[in-house]
Amino acid sequence: MAEEVKLLGSWGSPFSRRVELALRLKGISYDYIEEDLSNKSPLLLKYNPIHKKVPVFLHGGKPVVESLVILEYIEETWEGDHAILPKDPYERAMARFWSTFVDEKCIPAIWMSCWTEGDMQQNFMIQSKENLSILEGELKGKKFFGGDAIGMVDIAAFFIAHWAGVLQEVAGISLINEEKHPILFKWIEEFMSSSIVMECLPAREGLLAYFQAKKEAIRATKAPVY
Amino acid sequence: MATAAKGVVLLDFWVSPFGQRCRIALAEKGVEYEYKEENLWDKSPLLLKANPVHKKIPVLIHEGNPICESLLIVQYIDEVWSNNPLLPSDPYERAQARFWADFVDKKVSECWTRLWKVKGEAQEEARKDMIEDLKLLEGELGDKQYFGGETFGFVDVAFVPLSAWFYTFETCGNFSVEKECPKLVAWAKRCMERESVSKSLHDPHKVYEYVCQLKKKLGVD
Repeated sequence: MAEEVKLLGSWGSPFSRRVELALRLKGISYDYIEEDLSNKSPLLLKYNPIHKKVPVFLHGGKPVVESLVILEYIEETWEGDHAILPKDPYERAMARFWSTFVDEKCIPAIWMSCWTEGDMQQNFMIQSKENLSILEGELKGKKFFGGDAIGMVDIAAFFIAHWAGVLQEVAGISLINEEKHPILFKWIEEFMSSSIVMECLPAREGLLAYFQAKKEAIRATKAPVY
Repeated sequence: MATAAKGVVLLDFWVSPFGQRCRIALAEKGVEYEYKEENLWDKSPLLLKANPVHKKIPVLIHEGNPICESLLIVQYIDEVWSNNPLLPSDPYERAQARFWADFVDKKVSECWTRLWKVKGEAQEEARKDMIEDLKLLEGELGDKQYFGGETFGFVDVAFVPLSAWFYTFETCGNFSVEKECPKLVAWAKRCMERESVSKSLHDPHKVYEYVCQLKKKLGVD
């Protein structure tokens, strides 16, 4: 009998949506539990006592946390359909490298570009555009970072495909467009037209309203609210 | 018996705990490689070509292919040379190992970069965070021989190079690792009995000397 699969997530979190995307690509059924991040549940605090964040993935009651660690776990546990990592060790190392690049470089620079002002904002915007150009270079004529099919790097870059656009609109800045990053722009179109991706993303209008409402609070702390 | 692997080069810097992770992993697997010391103030064309994105060491070059980021390098080494596995075979245990290695980087290394650069209240906060994070790691170790259980594993490789920095953490932060986390100190001593570790790590006083010189060079203090 298959063990129970549960996911603690948050509606607006690009990190919990990553896990949902991976599960859906592999056709794995799961129970989803929505967390109120302003009032964290005892379940969340029990299963992720160190970071106290979503996503928390539970398989047979055993927790795995940190979205990229969860993606590797899912890949190793459900080997059959839709591989999200290559088999070759060098290609795997590259996929892990670029996923980490998205998390440690692209996302923080984009986030900070949206909530800072003046010279600081200018610096973050320059960094963001540079990082996105570097990332774009990795596509190298492929349909997706994963090749013909969506892979781990594409899943990690979900934030760039969807959340980044919303945040830019809220902040009134432009970081990604067809002129500046034509290849990345094309990847966004391709990625966002996948029916499985469309199933997984929080509605744009909803996300927009959410960040507009939290604008002042985020500006004050710069802390992520998902 | 050492495996004469085809074209393995490690671009590294003597005191780097990140580079040491790779040296330990290669030694555990018995892989022969060429060690190239980089001058971080005057980076070689080879380093800049092999790691154009971050321009950092360590970089492992295997059959002409560069792999960057120490934990990714260790995983690569584990996958290519399957003797003496560093990661467990069970996916759940692997996830826990990845989590804790990531914790060492996200928390302990992060605390350290605050601890030596700031003063006053900010340093006090960094000190508290560092002790808390070391205690969490000690909790994970428990009464096990290694983080990997009976066998020396991925988290041990990830964390043990920082044990050569305990003296530096203590001196800069004004606390005692032995007093706060005696099990970690005992674990570090056990790891040092392994040749892969003792040959890769430097004397803690040498590490401290290096940090003092670095502080002077950067005008911190």
